[in-house]
Amino acid sequence: MGFLDLEGVRKVYGANTVVRNFNLSIQRGEFISFLGPSGCGKTTTLRMIAGFEIPSAGTIRIDGRDVTELKPNQRNVGMVFQSYALFPNLTVAENVAFGLKVARRPKDEIARRVAEMLAIVKLPELGDRYPYQLSGGQQQRVALARALAVKPTVLLLDEPLSALDAKIRISLREEIRSLQRELDITTVYVTHDQEEALSMSDRIVVMSDGRVEQIGTPFEVYNYPATRFVASFVGTLNILDARIVDPASGRVVIDGQEVIAGRGVNGAGVGEVRPMALRPEAITLDGGNGDRNRMQGTIEEVAFLGAVVRIRVRFGENAVLLDTFNNPGVAPPPRGSRAEVSFGRDDLLLLQDSAAD
Amino acid sequence: MKTSRLGPWLIILLGAIYFIVPLIATFEFSLRKRRGEYSFDAYRWVFADNRFIESFSYSTFVALVTILVGVVLVVPAAYAVRVRMPRLRPVVEFVTLLPLVIPPIIIVFGYLRLYNSSSWLPMTSSPRATDLLLVFAYATLALPYMYRAVDTGMRSIDARTLTEAAQSLGAGWLTIMLRVILPNVRVALLSGAFLTFAIVIGEFTMASLLDRPAFGPYMQNIGANRAYEPSALAIIAFVVTWACMGLIQLLGRGRRQSVAAA
Repeated sequence: MGFLDLEGVRKVYGANTVVRNFNLSIQRGEFISFLGPSGCGKTTTLRMIAGFEIPSAGTIRIDGRDVTELKPNQRNVGMVFQSYALFPNLTVAENVAFGLKVARRPKDEIARRVAEMLAIVKLPELGDRYPYQLSGGQQQRVALARALAVKPTVLLLDEPLSALDAKIRISLREEIRSLQRELDITTVYVTHDQEEALSMSDRIVVMSDGRVEQIGTPFEVYNYPATRFVASFVGTLNILDARIVDPASGRVVIDGQEVIAGRGVNGAGVGEVRPMALRPEAITLDGGNGDRNRMQGTIEEVAFLGAVVRIRVRFGENAVLLDTFNNPGVAPPPRGSRAEVSFGRDDLLLLQDSAAD
Repeated sequence: MKTSRLGPWLIILLGAIYFIVPLIATFEFSLRKRRGEYSFDAYRWVFADNRFIESFSYSTFVALVTILVGVVLVVPAAYAVRVRMPRLRPVVEFVTLLPLVIPPIIIVFGYLRLYNSSSWLPMTSSPRATDLLLVFAYATLALPYMYRAVDTGMRSIDARTLTEAAQSLGAGWLTIMLRVILPNVRVALLSGAFLTFAIVIGEFTMASLLDRPAFGPYMQNIGANRAYEPSALAIIAFVVTWACMGLIQLLGRGRRQSVAAA
């Protein structure tokens, strides 16, 4: 059992199931991201943890206590919204103090805590300003300080950086992560930005169409996607149709060329055609050495992107994209020329079509 | 001035003449009580008339109570529709528009039929009960304006998200209403309140048929019996209404500037 547990959580609106059988155990102090496209159920799941939505089925526990039916104001869960949701009639300091005043904390304690929180979010001199006098980034810092001031057991962030420009987004995500580590607070972060999820999280829950596609560390999710959806949503990925020759040894045939999937193709039958994933950065434009897989093809497209040259090599029905670093001393290969590419046996992965409900 | 802009300016000028000329004429006529020279005699007469003070005070009091009833009725309703039951919005919008569609004379005849002295709830049997009935009637009449003003205010602050933010900080419903929602729809509420005030001050049909000593029936009475004083009263009524509108603008300006600054 973890610190925050979701067991068999479902959410249904009429005939529409927006979250299906969601199971997750989050450890104390862990930073978890829900990653997926719009409408995949990530925000609904977050709102169920916050108490703004009641699950149609399943249980939510925080620190061993069943909170499934509890009202939001009884859960001690801090929430940061995409639209900041600062109270426009209150100053920055009054916003941060709001939760403490509701909890009827002594005045001197409130003043001390507000000063402490504003210092933590690096806005110690802006306590007397109103929200409309702040930039978007500053407003979101205040929202963060307000959520943390009441010392919540869990911090929930619903796409908090989506409304900010790219530069502030990057600096603020680093600040949020370091603050989370400093306070050791269990955090659930909703985003549709894979870079955000990969750079901040201890673990990522990739969601699609209301179901969990994969739960894993950023390394696992990026390098070893479990399903076709994860492979296509997280990073750029080549998906190749391969005919299974020998499931035990991992031998498969792609456009008539036999290669080996080092991690096996368990679960696939002989003669089946199954999707397999191959990251562009795992492929090199040479024969390679040792026991790497090799394939021959024709260079179909060369895109010069500055530091990186992106090349598409076609084998037949299948084609792969590969990235090579620009070398001023060597011109990129011409289109239409023959080329041999190689990749590690462990880099070729069998994909499941989708996670089960 | 460019030729292309001449047309719009001409229309604005014609509109202004259409509204301003009768006003100037009324004002000019109200100053002609003394033969051969302009004077404020008609205004002096109006302000010296006890019935003016009494009817204006009565209507002001009724307007203030109507505003209170409107706030108590409309704010929770508009909040509930926006935050808790958005599906009810079309129904509530339809109901709040009804007073614009049904003429006041129909409403007041309905009241007289329902609440006459021999009915199960004889609200017209005593002056105080009739005053209460008048307040409710005015609250109904002002409903379209009050509801829309408050609803617009709720929309501009995103009441749902602010509610959720306050809930996540431990606040209950009463705290949310008093410390988050009401202070942030204050300007919208004032707009609704001043519009209600302007409606109540000039209303004639309901007050007359319910036989209450309001400002509307007083104006009608003076209009039927005096020459220059009705014009003075019309100008006074305009000034009161404009003052209300001016206050709305004044109180709304600070907020708009704030939003613009953000």
